[in-house]
Amino acid sequence: MPAMPDHPRSGLRVLVIVPAWNEEASVGGTVREIAGSNPDADILVIDDGSGDRTAAVAEEAGALVARLPFNLGVGGAMRAGYRFALRNGYDVAVQIDADGQHDPRYLRTLIERLDGADIVIGARFATHDDPYKVRGPRRWAMILLARVLSRLARTRLTDVTSGFRVSNRRAITLFARHYPAEYLGDTVESLVIGARAGCVITQEAVVMRPRMAGRASHSPVKAAIYLLRAVFALGLALVRDWPAQLDDAGAPPAKLIRTEPRTEPQTHTEEVER
Amino acid sequence: MSGVSILGVVGSVVILLSLFEMLRRHRLREKYALIWGIVALGALTVAAFPGLLSWATTVLGLQVPANLLFFVASLVIMMLTLQHSSELGRLEERTRTLAEDVALLQVELERRSSVEKDQGGDAA
Repeated sequence: MPAMPDHPRSGLRVLVIVPAWNEEASVGGTVREIAGSNPDADILVIDDGSGDRTAAVAEEAGALVARLPFNLGVGGAMRAGYRFALRNGYDVAVQIDADGQHDPRYLRTLIERLDGADIVIGARFATHDDPYKVRGPRRWAMILLARVLSRLARTRLTDVTSGFRVSNRRAITLFARHYPAEYLGDTVESLVIGARAGCVITQEAVVMRPRMAGRASHSPVKAAIYLLRAVFALGLALVRDWPAQLDDAGAPPAKLIRTEPRTEPQTHTEEVER
Repeated sequence: MSGVSILGVVGSVVILLSLFEMLRRHRLREKYALIWGIVALGALTVAAFPGLLSWATTVLGLQVPANLLFFVASLVIMMLTLQHSSELGRLEERTRTLAEDVALLQVELERRSSVEKDQGGDAA
């Protein structure tokens, strides 16, 4: 991929969707950081029924805030975001977690990668010197999920549970209708849906930071339960009747992508890294 | 294998298959599938190994195995109904919140459009 100078695909309308549930400690910093490194992007914080000052803090930081009246989970919050993106004609939708794990400085690179893909995942474990370490059952689950989805998407994916991702108009149209609210649905199952619907999925190596606030759980029992639920969720996503359901939504995305002004000649199926 | 066992096995397998098919067609959510799956697997175990039931009956000091079966079955059904009642309550609460939100939004919209009209009138 050629290193483009400043503003590679300027003119694209970019929406950054930040799902946030009780993240008053970190959401302000996250929003300011996104705005600082991507001044052209609009930021929409989806307050997923928080009981704290998440919405107020996000508004003070300058973001547009959608308040869900009750907690819908990441999947529900994200679908609301994708629907907003679709209704308002955004070309690119980005998902960034509110906890500060995702470094928005990668955004430009991720958006550049949309040149040959519909969905770009900001992925950990893509390089050998990645400082992010996961052990035990959680690691096995991540490897299993990555293998199966790599096969389905016909490209090498190392981190399918990453919430850091970029979608073009075609994927936005799909996700505005089909974005599961169930466990791991927002990451794994949505990728299965994307791959099944014929979206080109690819990844870009990113380094994730420790969370600004809150903690990741390290209990082995929880990790084992995570593995079991991940296997169940993945199995279900794979046997589910997605294509039949997508038929009704299948036509619009195909048309929409043709009206997208900056879509280069579609040679990307061959270019996707193996 | 006795007729009762075959009936039990067939019954639980049918439940498991319908569960799978309903999940596949998005007619059932995981959280409800879990409890039904446990019920079906339990029925399958008891049907395949009737000795388990008689053993449990003796251990608990009951006279007739069927009584234990009915007792457990009614307990399970009660739990399922309870789960549904609580889910229903949660849904009612959410619908109420949504209705209130819609009404408040409508007031807000009307107020804004009347303000705009007034401003338009002043300018004209």
